[in-house]
This record gives sequence, C-alpha cells and structure tokens, in this order.
Amino acid sequence: MPAKIHVQTHINGEPAEFLCEPRQSLLECLRDIVGLTGTKEGCNDGNCGACTVMMDGRIVTSCLVLGAECEGSSITTIEGIAKGSAMHPLQQAFLENAALQCGVCTPGFIVAAKALLDQEPNPSEDRIRLWLANNLCRCTGYDKIIRAVEQAAEKMQEAKA
Amino acid sequence: MSTEFSVIGTRPIRHDGADKVTGRALYGADIQLAGLLHGVVVRSPHAHARILRIDTSKAAAHPAVKAVVTADDFPDTPDRIVDLGEGDTPLSYIRGNVLAKGKTLYRGHAVAAVAATSLHAAEEAAALIEVDYEVLPCTLTAPDAMKPGAPILHEDLRTSELGKTVEGASNVSQHFRHVLGDSEKGFAEADVIVEREFNTATVHQGYIEPHNATALWNNDGRVLVWCSTQGAFVVRDVTACVLDMPVSNVRVTPMEIGGGFGGKIPVYLEPVAALLSKKSGRPVKIVMTRADVFEGSGPTPGSFMRVKIGAKKDGQITAAQAYLAFEAGAYPGAMVGPAGMTVFAAYNIANVTIDGYDVVVNKPSTAAYRAPGAPNAAFATESVVDEVAEKLGIDPIDLRLKNAAKEGTRRADGPKFRKIGCVEVLEAMKNHPHYSAPLEGPNRGRGVAIGFWFNVGLQSSCTIAVTADGTVNLVEGSTDIGGTRTSIAMQAAEVLGIPVADVHPVVEDTDTAGYTAVTGGSRTTFATGMAAHDAAQAVVAKMKERAAKLWEVEASAVTVSRGVFSSNGHSMTFRELAGKLAETGGPVVASATVNPRGAGGSFAGAIVDVEVDPETGKTTILRFTSVQDAGRAIHPAYVEGQMQGGSVQGIGWALNEEYWMSPDGVMKNSSLLDYRMPTALDLPMIDTVIVEVPNPAHPFGVRGVGEANIVPPTPAIANAIHRAVGVRMQRLPMNPPAVMQAIWDQKG
Repeated sequence: MPAKIHVQTHINGEPAEFLCEPRQSLLECLRDIVGLTGTKEGCNDGNCGACTVMMDGRIVTSCLVLGAECEGSSITTIEGIAKGSAMHPLQQAFLENAALQCGVCTPGFIVAAKALLDQEPNPSEDRIRLWLANNLCRCTGYDKIIRAVEQAAEKMQEAKA
Repeated sequence: MSTEFSVIGTRPIRHDGADKVTGRALYGADIQLAGLLHGVVVRSPHAHARILRIDTSKAAAHPAVKAVVTADDFPDTPDRIVDLGEGDTPLSYIRGNVLAKGKTLYRGHAVAAVAATSLHAAEEAAALIEVDYEVLPCTLTAPDAMKPGAPILHEDLRTSELGKTVEGASNVSQHFRHVLGDSEKGFAEADVIVEREFNTATVHQGYIEPHNATALWNNDGRVLVWCSTQGAFVVRDVTACVLDMPVSNVRVTPMEIGGGFGGKIPVYLEPVAALLSKKSGRPVKIVMTRADVFEGSGPTPGSFMRVKIGAKKDGQITAAQAYLAFEAGAYPGAMVGPAGMTVFAAYNIANVTIDGYDVVVNKPSTAAYRAPGAPNAAFATESVVDEVAEKLGIDPIDLRLKNAAKEGTRRADGPKFRKIGCVEVLEAMKNHPHYSAPLEGPNRGRGVAIGFWFNVGLQSSCTIAVTADGTVNLVEGSTDIGGTRTSIAMQAAEVLGIPVADVHPVVEDTDTAGYTAVTGGSRTTFATGMAAHDAAQAVVAKMKERAAKLWEVEASAVTVSRGVFSSNGHSMTFRELAGKLAETGGPVVASATVNPRGAGGSFAGAIVDVEVDPETGKTTILRFTSVQDAGRAIHPAYVEGQMQGGSVQGIGWALNEEYWMSPDGVMKNSSLLDYRMPTALDLPMIDTVIVEVPNPAHPFGVRGVGEANIVPPTPAIANAIHRAVGVRMQRLPMNPPAVMQAIWDQKG
C-alpha cells in the first residue's frame, strides 16, 4: 500500500492535486506540500483561528481538517481573497484602519471576516465580535479590526448600490 | 496636528502592508530550503529532576532520522561569565536553558532534540528517546523558594545581599534595596496608612506565532539562521557564544515576526537547530508547539508584594514602602529590578524604601513582557493609592495629581526625571468625558490607575541610499513587529522632504545591517528613528553639495525646505536633484548610528467601567479609555494600536490569564483554549487619548509607546471591581471564582 494519498481539490478556484500522508492536516498540506504559506499555524489545535480557510463555503480551522478529507472539495485561502492585483475591500480596510500589527493572525481574520460579509453584508458590531471570537489577535485589542470589517462592509454595500 | 510637519502625525499605510494582508509576507516558519529537515525537542515531564541517563540509540536508528543532539553536543568550553545584553550571566545558565545538563529545572525544559526528514517522523523519533530521571522536590513560588529548607535549584547560586555575596546555596539570587529619605519618619507623619499584600500569577505574552528557528551549518563553517526574533543581533551573539564561535561566524536573518512583547528576545531553538544541522549536514527547522511555547519559553514572573503607603489628611503622601519578591523561573533574572524602578515612579514621595528579591523557582525561565515588572508593581501600588484616596475622601485622580512626579522629581532608585508627562496624563484622564459620564445600575463601578515605563535607548544603525528616481532605500536592523518600518521611514521622509511612500525601508540580516539592539524597551521608533533622522540629515547635506556643484555656489549657500533645494534664484526638488547624481559625483549614500540617552519615560493611565455579576463573579468590561504620553506620535494610528493592544493584554492579565500549576509543577492549562486570552467578544472598543509632551532628547520629541499602556489596566480594574461590589482584590487573576470568593468572604 502506498504511504501517501492522492487528493484532488480546487484551491483558490484552480484545480489542485497533492500527495499527502493520511496523518497530515489540511494546514500542513497547504503550507508544506502546496506551498501556500499565507495560512498560519498558531496552536495546531483549533483554538486560535490563524489557520482559518474556507472549505466548501464554510470556514474551518485547517489544522483540524485532514488533507485526505479534502478530496473533491473547494478550498479558499488568504492567497485567493484578492482578485488578481486588486485587493479585496477587507484587505484594503485592514490596511487603512491599521488593523494589523504583527500580521500573523491577519490571514485568518480576513478569511473569516469575508465569510461573514459574504452571508451577512451589514453585520452589527456585536455580530462581528461574535463571529470573530474564533480568531485570536494579541496585538491590536481588536478595536481596529472590528472597525476595518465595519468599513469594508460599508464600502462593499456602496459598491453594490 | 500642527503644520510644523508634513509626514509626522499622518497615518500612511505601512510599507509591508500588502504582503501582510495577502499572505505573501514570510514569517519564520514559512521558510523552505532544499533538503530541509524538521526538528523536534524532547522536554522534561518533571518540574525538577536529575537526568540519570539519556539513551538516543532507538531514535537514531529510526530510518528517517538524520541527527540527534543533547547538551553533550555543546562545545566542551569551561563556564565563564558573559554579558549578552541582559547583564553578567554564567554561560552555563544560557546553555543550560537551551539544553539541560545534569538537571531539569522546570517542566518543559529541553533535554534533547532530533531531526528527521518529516515533522511526523521527527515526532515518532522524539518519543523513542529514553530519559531516566530522578524526580526531585520542586518549589514554585517566591515565598516558598525563599524558605529555609526549600529545594535548591542551583547548588552554585549565592545570594547577592545588598551587594555582598552570602555563603551557602540559595534560591535568592539577589536582594536589592532603594532608599530615599526616612520611611519611618514619613509614616509617623501620616494620618492614614494602608498596607496590603498582593499576589500575581505567572502569565504569558501570548504571541500568536510560536517560536521557530531554521539553521544551516554551512560547509564553509558559517552558521546561517532564519528565525522570528525581536533582535537578530541578540540571536547572533547568543548562538555564537553557546556554540563557542566568533559572532561573525553566524548570520541571522530576521523573518517577519508574529508578535513578541518581550518574549522573543531570549534564544531557545537556534543553537539546537544549528547543532542538528552540523550533525546532519542539512538545514533544520524547529517550530515550537503551543504547549512548548507555554512550557518551554519565557513567561513573565509571578510575584508576591507588600506595599505600604502613608498620607496626610490633605492627600500628601508622606512615605511609601514596598517588598517585592519575584519569580525568576529556573534561572536568575526576574523582572524585579524594573519593578523596583517603577513601583512608586509616578509619585513625588520624600520617604521611600523598596526591597526587591530575585528568586529562582521550578518554572520556565522568565522573559520580558511589555514593561516587565511594572504591571505587577503597579497592581500593588495603584490599589493601595486608591484605598488611601477612598479613606481620605479624595477623588482618586486628584490624589494622584497632588503627588504626581514632575520634572526634577527624584526616583527612589536614583535618577531624577527630566521632562515627563505624568501630570498631563492625569489631567487628560480627569478632563475626559468618560471620567464624568454617569455610570448607573447595580454592581457597576469605575476605576482609574496610572503607570510608568522608563523606556530605553540602546544602539541602532540606519543607512539611506538615494535612487535616481527620487526615492530612497532605507536599511535598518530593527525587527518590525507593529509598523516600525513605517514609523522609522516617516522620520526619514520628514527630514528629506519627500512622501513616505518614496522611502523603501527594509529590515536586513546581521551581515547587512549595522548593529542594532532588540525591538524592545519601546526603543525602536525612538532610537532607530533617530538613526534614520540622522542618516537623512547626512543625505540632505550631501544633496546640498550636489546642488551647489550644479549651480556653482558654495554648499552653505544652498537652503532646503520640504525637499526643495534653492540658492540664488535656482531651485530643484529632491527628485530632480536625485536624477543628477551621476553627473555630480556619483551615488549618495549615508549612514548614521546612535546609542542615545534620554529615552524619555512614558506615563499611561486607564479609566475603566466594569459590571460584576454577583451570582458568578464574572467581570465585564463596559468601557475602557487608555491615555498615554507619546512625546510625539509619529504615526498616531500605530500609537493607538499599541495603547489598545497593551490595554487588552492588561485586561486579560487582570481577569483571566494565569499559569495554572499542579503542586508538582505541571502547567494544567497549556493550550489557547484553557489559557484564555481575551477574544473580540469579551471587549468593548478601547478609546485612546494620545498626550504629547515632547521628549527633548529626540529630534521630533518621540517617547516610546510600546509598554506603559499595559501597566494601569490591572489596578484600574481592581479599583473598579471595588466600587462595583465592595471587595478589594489582592490577587491576579481576578477571575470569577476569585471574585466570588471575595464576595462570600465579605458577606461572612
């Protein structure tokens, strides 16, 4: 029996195949096999949210998903949030609002916040705080992150109008 | 903001921003090298144990394993005293914390490491390393470790008792005392005296990125290191020292860093990765697990403190006394020194006695954490000051204003304050609408507190090279943890008179950048910013010479204002002149180095409203305002960010965070689920007020802002809890069980 499993997925809209050991997490597969290191490891046990990615339309902590489980699924990582050279309004808002300091939690926050705004275009502050409670940031005290998400939501609404 | 400046005081987007919101920025763990091996460290399961035998043969026989190391693989050099920036330390202590020799001194202490072709294979192999231990009794708190008969960590450690070495092994490495005036006389003059005891738990900095290091022992004998560190030159110097080689033999490349707060100054993994690379001939990467980070890196000290303050009826403080016993962890160096320097620093008190004890215990060797030592000390002092104000019926801000330190006030540890903003911070608190806003409803209370951090200067270097298109490249050695590329580039841009986007700052490795001390002590925008200012001035001077050449005038006849060079009817912008460098003598490059004094301490204050649930003891933060003297806010959004981040770390320290230790020294909550740091849901917005009392020692007036903000939150919250439910909390954290117990005790 071969030591590795062949997995076929879509990553950031492109077909992607990789070989992984049965024990390797999606986080490891993305970072060490596919080479997408934008997704970060903070705890490897699902408690910090730094490794948040979208899997088939819902957010998951990729450290708690096995690579082998991803057969046939569609994954979006931080590298897939910008449209070509144009940043997503959330990315722009994070920069304009100084919503990052060290930046290591930022990919997870942006992926999680995008999932929120995709389904709830106009969330309240409380709703944003609840949704992002899965993502730890130790630098900012969250204030500027919450404001950045609020601003991005506004801008996205304006763009639609 | 005044129109005095065109760049300073604005809020540009950071130069590394696009990389950090798109996932392109490369942090330490992101590095991939051809033939890379993965290392795993084997750690002690016991808090205190003698290592009887380490058998690595089974691990070495694992087919994927390429190298195994223990402390025996260090060079066989005799012990000596070295100073690597933290004061005189025996080399054996520094090496001993990297890989234990003879004894393990805390649960999580590294004892061996293995490198294999995959991480999981390395984990399998690590489990095959057999270590026989003789478990020894452990001691976990400063008061316990100071008792006669306590288990001794270091047989060679002697107490420095007020400067004199005491015979006999002890866990107390140092007892110091600062005295000002006559405390006995001062207390005799007091109408009110409050004396209380305080305990604070060990807490962790909690950076989201775990420690990591990748090393290649190259075939030419040079050691190349890539890591996440607050100080690449510290890593270089420590790695070289531990491996007994010249510092020039080690090149350290600082990758992007995922938070540090002081905890990424010490060196843990780099020498181990280097030894594994030497043995295997391949590059080796080691990344700590989160449990390793809690158990094997450096948290900040737990402490036992007693503070006594006496005051007259009018609020004048007549005397203050502090007893501070701090847990250093496994090796000497608790942050009790800075605690002694800051404990009464906010006040002008004639009679002060401060006793500090640095005590080793069987916990991880402690590290700096944002104003290290000061939050512990302020929890004690600011709680007692609040109680004094209450007893005298004086508004707590008014009492502080009456006694506030000013220019010329002498601290008990010696220095006299130069220009400081203690009074200005207190006045900003008093005048803030938050302080006068009504706070209605049961079980709610408002508390205030202030805090001080002295900040440091230290060495920095900066090189600026002019590009023909009128931009400049700026090379520096300060790791950028929170936007300092930009706050440094802004200072250069201001001097050069060009937009900050036209300055391209890069943080370089130790072969490329001039020596630069750690990103710590709130020094980076101050000191490396000063180096950038000076280098930019040197560039301007050279550019003036070029203009003079073009216009055939003396350089002294050329004036410059906001990037426009003029003389005698001629005028050129910086950009135009930059395009003429080749024809006027070649490239313009200038460097500057600094080792400044006068870092200019920063005061911070907090106003907090809480609600305490009397059924559960849970405290909710309703409103929080942070006030801090920045001297001059170069990038106000990043100053606010420091204040908000420090405030929230203080809130976590106050309400939840602690190393929850079993009696045998095992941390029972070493995950981010059980070591509960504040989430977005736990908090309100954090309001900020930036006070600007310019620091005369910096060309733009900068004071460091990274640290003082974490000092006031714990006592401010304790004081708010007192006003909400009437209990005085004297132990951190003030978590629901602790508050509930205090409420029950009060009811009897």
